[in-house]
Amino acid sequence: MENINAKYVSQKISKTRWRLVSHASLQQPDVFATGSWDNEVNKISFWSIGNHGSSDMDDGFEGDPQLLCEHKHDGDVLDLQFLDQDRIVTTSSTGAVTIFRLHQNSQTISVAQRWPRAHGFPCENAPCTGVVCSSPEIVTVGEDGKIIVFRADQEGVIRVIENADSSTIHAVTYLRTTEILTVNSIGQLKLWDFRQQSNAPSQILSLSGDRVPLHCVDRHPNQQHIVATGGQDGMLCVWDVRQGSTPFSLMEAHSAEMWEVRFHPTNPDHLFTCSEDGSLLHWETSTSSDMPSFLQGGRNNSMISRSAMAPAGGNQSLINAWLSGDSSKGRLETTHMLPSQTLSVNSLDVLGQCLVCGTDGEAIFVNRQVPV
Amino acid sequence: MEEVDVEPTVTNIPAASDGKHLGFAWGPGDILVYETLYKGSGSGCSFIHEVRKDEDIYSPILRKLFNESHHIFVGLQTIREDLPSKNKKNQFVSISKNYRSVIRACMEELQQVAVSTKEAAVATQYGNQVSILLAIELIWNLCEVLFIDAAPAGSLLLHLLDWVRLHKADVDEKAREVLQSESPAEHRDYWDVVVSYVLQGRLEEARQMLVKQAALQPAARSMYKLIDTLLSRMPFYNPGGNQTLTEFDVKWRHWHDEVNRCLQDNSFASNRHLEIICKILAGDEDTLLEHKELLSTWYHFLVTRLLFSHPTVKPTELHYYAQSCLTMFLDSRSVPEPLDNILLAAFEFDIHQVIKDCSIALNNWWFVAHLTDLLDHCKLLQSHNLHFGSNLREFLLLEYASGLFTHHSLWQLAVDYFDHCPEFGHVYLELQIERVPLDTERKALKVLRICDQRQMSEQVRSICKIMAMRALRNNRLGSALSWSIRAKDAAFATLISERLTVNTVYASKGTFSDLDLIDNLGPAMLLSDRLTFLGKYREFHKLYGEKRFGEAAKLLLSLMTAKIAPRSFWMTLLTDALPLLEQKEVIFSADQTHELMFCLEELTSSPHAPMMDEDIELTKVELLRLSLARNLAMAIIKEGTVEA
Repeated sequence: MENINAKYVSQKISKTRWRLVSHASLQQPDVFATGSWDNEVNKISFWSIGNHGSSDMDDGFEGDPQLLCEHKHDGDVLDLQFLDQDRIVTTSSTGAVTIFRLHQNSQTISVAQRWPRAHGFPCENAPCTGVVCSSPEIVTVGEDGKIIVFRADQEGVIRVIENADSSTIHAVTYLRTTEILTVNSIGQLKLWDFRQQSNAPSQILSLSGDRVPLHCVDRHPNQQHIVATGGQDGMLCVWDVRQGSTPFSLMEAHSAEMWEVRFHPTNPDHLFTCSEDGSLLHWETSTSSDMPSFLQGGRNNSMISRSAMAPAGGNQSLINAWLSGDSSKGRLETTHMLPSQTLSVNSLDVLGQCLVCGTDGEAIFVNRQVPV
Repeated sequence: MEEVDVEPTVTNIPAASDGKHLGFAWGPGDILVYETLYKGSGSGCSFIHEVRKDEDIYSPILRKLFNESHHIFVGLQTIREDLPSKNKKNQFVSISKNYRSVIRACMEELQQVAVSTKEAAVATQYGNQVSILLAIELIWNLCEVLFIDAAPAGSLLLHLLDWVRLHKADVDEKAREVLQSESPAEHRDYWDVVVSYVLQGRLEEARQMLVKQAALQPAARSMYKLIDTLLSRMPFYNPGGNQTLTEFDVKWRHWHDEVNRCLQDNSFASNRHLEIICKILAGDEDTLLEHKELLSTWYHFLVTRLLFSHPTVKPTELHYYAQSCLTMFLDSRSVPEPLDNILLAAFEFDIHQVIKDCSIALNNWWFVAHLTDLLDHCKLLQSHNLHFGSNLREFLLLEYASGLFTHHSLWQLAVDYFDHCPEFGHVYLELQIERVPLDTERKALKVLRICDQRQMSEQVRSICKIMAMRALRNNRLGSALSWSIRAKDAAFATLISERLTVNTVYASKGTFSDLDLIDNLGPAMLLSDRLTFLGKYREFHKLYGEKRFGEAAKLLLSLMTAKIAPRSFWMTLLTDALPLLEQKEVIFSADQTHELMFCLEELTSSPHAPMMDEDIELTKVELLRLSLARNLAMAIIKEGTVEA
C-alpha cells in the first residue's frame, strides 16, 4: 500500500479513465482523464503522471498527478470513455453526449461535437448514464430507457431503440462488434443484437432471487461469453451468457453499491471492483490443473459460490477460472487496495501496472505498481 | 439580551438602491435579502440577494483542507479507548501534526497561486487567506505544545523554541542571501543574521557565522574566541538524557554567572556587536527590546527572554511572563490584536477563552471545531454544558457540519461529522438530508445508502417516493417499481400496477418493455396483490400462447377462486375463458365448469352490477352461459365415458 498516492483535487470524481496506449509500445499509461460531479461547475480534466521519466516536474514528488488541462462540463459527468488517443466521449446528467478533443501541443481541450438532448423525457432532462464506444461508433444509455447509437463525425443519430427498458439502464458494454449488453435497475442483463431490426433484446438474463439493481458490467477481454456485474447489494456476479439465464457464480464483495467492475485488459485473471463503502478490491484468480471446484462442492464463509453445471466437453484447461470461483481452494484472492475510511470510490481504471481511482472525498489515488 | 462581544460588521448590498426598505429571511448558511415596497415610492426590484457569510467553503484550494481534515477527523474518532494513556498522547500529538501539515500544504498552495496570478483581486483574497491560515497554524501549534503535548518544565522551553523557529522563516532567507554574497562578513545584514540566530537559540549557526568575521579581524581574535566559548558552552536541557532538571539548572546558572562576569569585565567593550550578543546571552531585557524589528513579535520576545533568563520555566508560570512581555513589547500606542489575545489566553491555559476568541475572529467554524474535538479527545475540556444541552465540542461540530451541508458538494463530509455528535447529530442529519437536491438516480442512491446505514427509514421512504413519482410521471414504470421495492412500499406498488394494467390490458398500448417488466418481476410480485395478479394474468396469456391450455385453464380459475383477481376484473377473465370453452376438446373439467358458473352467478347477482344494464354486457353473459353449459355437457360425457 506504500505505492499508492492520494491527490486532493477539490472536486468529487465520478469517472476516471486511462488514455489508451498503443499495444505495440510497452509503455505504461501516463495520462488519465477524470470527470467531476455534484459541483456548481463540473469539469473534465486531463492529468499526467509523467511515466516517461521526464523530470520537468519541479514540485510534487514523482507519481503525483499533474493537471494538464481541464474544461467546463455542463451537468455531472456520468460516464467517460476514450474514443481514440485525442478524443473523449462524456455523458451528462442533462442528457447530453459530448465529444471533447485534447490538443496535445497546446494542452487545451475543445468541444468537438455535441448532442445536447440525446436522452430526455418529454418535460424534463434524463441523465445519460452510460457510454461505450468502438470508434467511430458510440452507444449510450440513459435513465429514459433508451439505447442510442451515434457515429462520431456524423450529426444525427444513427439508431434509437426507444423503450428498450422500462427501468433505468445503468451501464452498457460491447459483447461483440454488433452486440451490446446492458444492465438495468431491476436486475436484468439484456443482450441486444444490432443486426436485428426489432427493438427487442435477443436475450435476457437475471438473478433468480431478489431483483437487485445492477450498476456496472464488464466483459472478459479474451472470452466474450464471460461477463461480470456488480449490483446495489455489493455482490459480484459472473455470468456465462451462452449458458443459462442465471449467473454462474455470486460473490459477496462489498457492503454497499458496487460502482465499477473492471477486468484487467491484458491479464484477465485479475479483476477490480470499487464501491460506495469506500473500498477497492483486487480479485485474483488462478487457473490450476486441479479438478474443477464445482465438482468438489464446498462453501466458504466469505463467499457464496453457486456453480450451475459442468460445461460441455469438461476439458479442464478450457474452464475459465472465474466460472468456478471458490476461495476455499486458494484460487481466488482478494486484497484491499486503499487505506481504509475513504468516502465512496466511484470509479477505477486499470491498464498495465497502473491503477487510478477517484472518490467522493475529492481525492484521486494512483498506484503504479499493481501486482498483476 | 446578552452583551455582544464585538460590534457586528456591516455589509452593504451594492445592488439594492439607496433608501429602500429591505426584508430578509434566514437560510441555513446565508440570508436572502429583498427590497420591499414598504416605503411606497418607486418601482419594485425583482432581485433577491443572497448574502453569504462564509466564502471559504467555495474556495477550490481550501476545499482540500476540508476534505483532508475530514479524513483525519474520522480517523481520530476511531482511536481505541483502551490504549494506555502514554500511547494515546503520542497518537494525539501525531494527529495534531497531521492537521497542521494539512494547513501548511494548503497555505503553500494558496501562496503559490497568490504570487503567480495576474488578477489583483484574486491575489489579495488569497493573500488574506494565507495570513489567516498562518495565524491558525500558529495558534494550533501553540495549543499542541501547551495542551496536547503538555510538556513539563525543561522540555517546555525547547518546544516553544521550535514553535518560534518554525514561524520565523525569514532568518533563513536572509542568511542565505548573506552567505551567497561575495564577502558575507561585510554584508550589511550580517550582524542582523548573527543576532537573529542568537535570539532564536541557534547558537551553532551563530558560531559558524562568527568564524567568518573572526577571520577578518585577526587582531580581535581573543574576543571572538571568548564569545565562541560562551556560545558553545550554553547548556540545553536534554529530555531524553539522565540529567535531572535541578542538575541542568545548576549548570545553567554557572554558565549564566560566567556570562555576567564577562560583561562586568568589559571583555567586549571594544566591539559593540559582540557586546550586544553577550548582553542577549545574559538575558538583558533592554537589549532584547532594542531588537524589536528582529524579534518582530512579542511571543518571540517572550521565548527569547525565557531562554536566556528562565529556561526551566514551568507551564504554570508562563502566563506571568507572557503578560509582562506583551506589555513591554507593545508600546503605549499600539493595541493588542485579536491574535495576541488568543495567544495570551493560551499561555494562561484558558482553553475556553482561546476557543471563544477564535470563534469570533474567524468566519468559519473549521478551526475551532477540529481543535475542540481534538482537545476533547485528550480529555482537556471540562464538560461545560451550554444552554442547549449539548457540550461545547458537539455544539461546534454541529455548527461546522451544518455550514458544510449547505454546500452543493461538501454535504457528504458533513454526514460523518453528524455521526460523531451523539446527542443531536442524528436529528440534524434527519432534517438536513431530505433537503439535498436529487438530480440523478446516482445521487439519490448515495443519499439512500446514507439513510439506510443509519436506520432512517422515514427518510428512505420519502426519498424513494419522490423518485418513484418522478419516474411515474415520465412513464418509467420499471424505475418506479424498483424504487417502491427499495422502500418496501406496497401502496405505491399497487399504484404502479394500476398503471401497468391500464397500459397492458385495457389500452393495449403496452410496449414490450412493460410486458417484459411484468414477466420478470420475480419475488417483487408479492409486494402488492395487484402486482401478483398482473403477473399471474400475464402468465396465463403466455401459457395460452404456448398452447398449454390445461395449465392456462387452471390458472385462470385459480385467479378467481383464490380471490387474487379484483372483482372488477372477473368479467374480463371470464371473457378470456370463452375461447378455452369453445375449443373442440374439453379443457375445463366438470368441476371447474361448475366453479366458473358459480363465479359468473356471483358476478351477475351482486348488488353492484351496473354493467347488467348494457346490451353488450347482457349478450356477453348470455354467450358465457351458453358456452359454459355446452362445456359442462361435454365434460360430463367425457368424464363418464369408460375408456375402451
